[in-house]
Amino acid sequence: MTEFKSSSDNVKETSSKNSFQRPDGRSVTEMRPVKAKVGVIPCADGSAMFQSGKTIAIAAVYGPKKMHPQHQQNPRKGQLRCEYNMISFSVDDRIRPGRNRRAMEISEITKWALEPVVMLEDYPNQVVDVHVNIIQADAGTRCAGINAAAMALAHAGIPMKDMVSSVSIGKLDKTLVVDLTKEEEDFEEGEGPTDIPISMTTSGKVTHMQLDGKIGVKQLQESVDMANVACKEIYEIQKEALKKAVEDIK
Amino acid sequence: MDKVRTTPKTTANRMKSYLEEGKRFDGRTPEQFRELTIEKDVSIKAEGSVRVRLGKTEVIVGIKMATSEPYADSPTKGNLMVTAELLPLSSPRYESGPPKIGAIEWARVTDRGIRESGFVDFEKLCIEEGKKVWTVFVDVYSVNDDGNLMDAATIGAIAAMKIAKVPKYDAEKDKVLYDELTDEGLPLTDIVPVAVSVHKLGKTLIVDPTRDEEDVSESRTTIGSSKGVISSLQKSNSAALEIEEIKKVFEISARISEEILDKIEKAIK
Repeated sequence: MTEFKSSSDNVKETSSKNSFQRPDGRSVTEMRPVKAKVGVIPCADGSAMFQSGKTIAIAAVYGPKKMHPQHQQNPRKGQLRCEYNMISFSVDDRIRPGRNRRAMEISEITKWALEPVVMLEDYPNQVVDVHVNIIQADAGTRCAGINAAAMALAHAGIPMKDMVSSVSIGKLDKTLVVDLTKEEEDFEEGEGPTDIPISMTTSGKVTHMQLDGKIGVKQLQESVDMANVACKEIYEIQKEALKKAVEDIK
Repeated sequence: MDKVRTTPKTTANRMKSYLEEGKRFDGRTPEQFRELTIEKDVSIKAEGSVRVRLGKTEVIVGIKMATSEPYADSPTKGNLMVTAELLPLSSPRYESGPPKIGAIEWARVTDRGIRESGFVDFEKLCIEEGKKVWTVFVDVYSVNDDGNLMDAATIGAIAAMKIAKVPKYDAEKDKVLYDELTDEGLPLTDIVPVAVSVHKLGKTLIVDPTRDEEDVSESRTTIGSSKGVISSLQKSNSAALEIEEIKKVFEISARISEEILDKIEKAIK
C-alpha cells in the first residue's frame, strides 16, 4: 500500500486569509492522508482502493467485453460504463440499498471524468464496466471514486492516454481550501461552504468540474490552479501504487 | 469475453475423480475450510462492521441501527433486517439492476439463518412499549466471489453483530446520536447460528467450495446450527440426495459449525 502525507504544507498559502483555522488543523493546501492500492479484488480484470482521510472507495473494472444489451453496441468504438454506489453503512443514516438519483448522476459524472483518457477506438461493440463502491464516507466520495476507478482502469490494462486525478476544492467563508471533510462541508459561518470537485489529467486538462455554493470568477480561477497542484500530488500516489503492483508480480 | 462463465466439463470430470480419492485441486480435504480471516471496523460509520475472507472470497458486513414504531402484533419487540447484495464489482457474473434469483436466495437464507435461531433477544431492543423500538440492519455485500459467499455472509453477520455497539438515543429530540456509541452491545444470546453449506459433487460431500467447485456442485444444503441444534436449513439445486447422504450432511454441518464459531470468537477478541 502506498501511503502518503501531503508535502505541500510549506507551500506559500495563496489565500488572502492565512489565519484560517481548519477543524482538523490542516493547512489550506494540505490534503488528508492518502492510501492507495491496486489489485484488491482478484475476480476483476483491474481493481483499486483509494482512501483519503476517512473516505474509502473501491473500484473494479471488467472488460473489454461484448456489450449487452446488443442494441447499445457501438460499431465505431468501445464504450465505458460506470456505476457509483454507496454501501448502506458508509454513512451515519443508513442508505437504502439500490439505485437512487444521486448515485445515478455521479455514475454519469464518473464516466465523463474518465472517458477523455480511455482509448476504446479499437474495441467496437464492446464495453468496459467500472464499478465504484464507497465503503466509508467523509465527503469527497466522487473524487475518491474517480481516483480509484482511474487506477483500476490502468490496472486492467485498458489503453489510456493519460491518468485522471480528482480532488475537491472548497471555499469556507472567503478562504479556499483543498480536500473538504464532511465537517467542513457543513461549515456555516460567513459566506458558508462552497464545494468544487474537480478532476484533471496529468497534462492539466479538466475532465470534470462541479460547483455548489457561491464564488467569484477570480477565486474560481484560483481554485482550478489549486486543484491542478493537488491532482499532481494524487497522480504520484496513483503511479506509485500501480508500480508497486507490477513489482509485486515480479 | 463470453457471456456465460462456468467451469468447463473436462475440469468438472477431473475434479470429481480427484474427489473420489479424497483430493481437491487446492490440496484441501473434502471437509476442510479455507483460511478464515476477520478484519474489524471496515467502516467507522457503521455501529459494527467486518471484512470476512475465506481464501479469496471476501464479503463486508455492517450493522446500522435506527428507531421506529414496533409492528402492531409485537409492541415490545425490536426488528431485524438482514439484506445481502451481490455487487457487480465482485464478479464478472453479476450485473447491475434488480437482484436475480441467486442474490435473492442468498439474502433470504442468510436472513432466516440469523432470525430463526434466537440469536437476538428482540424484547431487549424495545425502547418504549408500543411506541419506539430499535431496528437492527445487517447489510452484507460481496466484494470478491471465489465461492461459498453463503457461509461467508453468515460468518460476517455474526461477527459484526457481536462487535456492534448501540448508539446513544436522545429520547427528547427523538434522535439517534451516531457519533456517540455506548458501551452496550446488541442483546445477543449464546445461541450462535453459524451456517455451513455442504455440497455434493459426483459422489462426494464437500464444504467451502471455491468458485470452480461451486459451479460443479450438484446440490447445496445450508444448515444453520448452534451446539448441535439446527435452526435453519435450505436444500438448493436440482440434484437429489440419498437418505444416508442427507443424514451425513446434518452431521458434517453441525460439527464444522462449532469449529467455525471457535474461529469467529478468536478473531473478534
